[in-house]
Amino acid sequence: MAKTIPERKGPSALGVDAELARRLLHDMLLIRRFEEKAAEAYALGKVGGFLHLYIGEEAVAVGATSVLRADDYAISAYRDHGHCLAKGADPRRVMAELFGRRDGLSKGKGGSMHLFDRSVNFLGGHAIVGAHLPLAAGAAFAIKYEGRDAVVVCYFGDGAVPQGEFHESLNLGALWKLPVIYLCENNRYAMGTSTDRALAQTEIWKFGQTYGIPSEKVDGMDVLAIREVVGRAVARTRRDKTPSLIEADTYRFRPLDARPGGRGVPDEGGGRAGKAARPDRDAPRARAQGRDPHRGRRAGDREGRQRPDRRGRRVRRRLPGAARRGAVHRHLQGGLRWR
Amino acid sequence: MAVMTYREALNLALREEMRRDPRVFVMGEEVGLYEGAYKVTQGLLKEFGPARVVDTPIAESGFTGLGIGAAMLGLRPVVEMMTFNFALLALDQIVNSAAKMCYMSGGQYNVPLVIRGPGGPAAQLAAQHSQSMETYFYHVPGLKVVRPTTPMDAKGLLKSAIRDDNPVIFIEAETLYPVKGEVPEDPDFVIPLGQAIVRREGTDVTVIAYMGMMYRSMEAADELAKEGISVELVDPRTLRPMDVDTIIGSVRKTHHVVVVEAGAGFAGMGSEISAFVTEHAFDDLDAPVERVTGANAPMPYARNLEKLKTPSKDRIAAAIRRVCNANGS
Repeated sequence: MAKTIPERKGPSALGVDAELARRLLHDMLLIRRFEEKAAEAYALGKVGGFLHLYIGEEAVAVGATSVLRADDYAISAYRDHGHCLAKGADPRRVMAELFGRRDGLSKGKGGSMHLFDRSVNFLGGHAIVGAHLPLAAGAAFAIKYEGRDAVVVCYFGDGAVPQGEFHESLNLGALWKLPVIYLCENNRYAMGTSTDRALAQTEIWKFGQTYGIPSEKVDGMDVLAIREVVGRAVARTRRDKTPSLIEADTYRFRPLDARPGGRGVPDEGGGRAGKAARPDRDAPRARAQGRDPHRGRRAGDREGRQRPDRRGRRVRRRLPGAARRGAVHRHLQGGLRWR
Repeated sequence: MAVMTYREALNLALREEMRRDPRVFVMGEEVGLYEGAYKVTQGLLKEFGPARVVDTPIAESGFTGLGIGAAMLGLRPVVEMMTFNFALLALDQIVNSAAKMCYMSGGQYNVPLVIRGPGGPAAQLAAQHSQSMETYFYHVPGLKVVRPTTPMDAKGLLKSAIRDDNPVIFIEAETLYPVKGEVPEDPDFVIPLGQAIVRREGTDVTVIAYMGMMYRSMEAADELAKEGISVELVDPRTLRPMDVDTIIGSVRKTHHVVVVEAGAGFAGMGSEISAFVTEHAFDDLDAPVERVTGANAPMPYARNLEKLKTPSKDRIAAAIRRVCNANGS
């Protein structure tokens, strides 16, 4: 992602290197601000189709990517903006893709759910739930075939776990000792279906034990915890060529799809009527519990209040520009909007 | 030229391509230790080792997806479906991942993958193991679909498929594996994808057929020659991209068309060929295009019922007589 802006050196209040802390915060903020702008453009009808926002889950992608090398790979499902940005894609080209422009990452052919960036080894956003898990194993197979020591990080949601391909991929990865880290972002809801209505075993990390691979659970709202756990897995995978399964307990603060309720697809399924099946309604509570990954991570913010610091403003300055450049060409979108 | 079976021709193509390019590897159920359910991969494990001849568990979707992921990083997997009936379990990977990856990534990730194995009507294998599968694939933009009728085509087309930078569906036939024919031994011999072949020259009617239906059409053509009907036989070899020019050229010569296919007729290959013949050569036609297709039913087990399901030599001959207005003459 964006290059670090070196300023003060030395340990921060969090007990980690201040520059690292700033970089992590910068990357998480960049994703948050990007997603807010994307939601804005979506509400204005400048971005079409589905828009699955990563807001609330930023710590997972940022923490995981921070322990990867440039020659490592990442692959994701349809909620892929955060993973793609974290891996280092140019935010302007990501936004251009959402706008369906030819200077978008996938030349406007993919859209929000199919971001690809070969230049940073981002193997794409894939929109059939569970289908990219075998692809991740395949990328890892190729790495092993070529005798390299790179790894693949495969992000997926709790919704992919009941799919056969989750199990086929874990079985093949474990059987053939492939260098892939399966990183489940358990945000508790597959669309509107909570994990306890979808999984006989809701402790997702335990499926790794079935396949005999190292597996553990981590607080997905804590970027430093993610760094530690994924860092351990990456080192092990590089060394032993064995896969790992990590379950990150996280949360999305927005509905499945950013489309406002009452329009477009029934984004929360039958759950719209019930409070329990509305993750977006739980969001304030989650924030109140202090689970927002940004809280307490701002340099110089002792109270953990949501106060934009200098870096936040700098990130914000970058983003509206990216969105604005898209907006200039909104006339190109006229024929494509279906609403 | 050497005389070898269709099975040996495929085996030779795999060997030659694996020797030529270290990125080519073979993967599938029973391809290694067992040497292939139909022995197409016989001896490959011994020559190339387990890293390049990979036995998989029974997980079609998983290992097909794995092949696609490996292809995205530049390997050239040849994934064997023990029979193509099982490819339906991997249909999502084939349609949504392999076929679309290059396009939806804006050309960043292509998938140089071959999925091969036997398909089509077999011998009393009943409903789930004996059916024409090409229909499921040639509808999909981004896929190439090959059906090689002879040992020479099997070798030349498989080599082209492996060298292709995009996914190729390569459907062989259980019933053709023991068929013998002349095959060039030159390791540089390839048959480009998308080229039809005129297997028999004729002047009165164009019959378009492939695989087992081509052999039956040959028998029908022999019989009709005795009645004075000269049949031209065209084998598309690659169903997508289809060599429209060769077929239209033949239609312009004979003005009569019969399409023979083993699968059920509705929305089948005959429908597509009829459509483009009508679009491109309507004024050349002296009679409507006739289709001879499999019956609209699953494949039965009983030998006598199985015979009724697939087009016979007699049904093909009768259709040719009809379009040539030669009934009862």
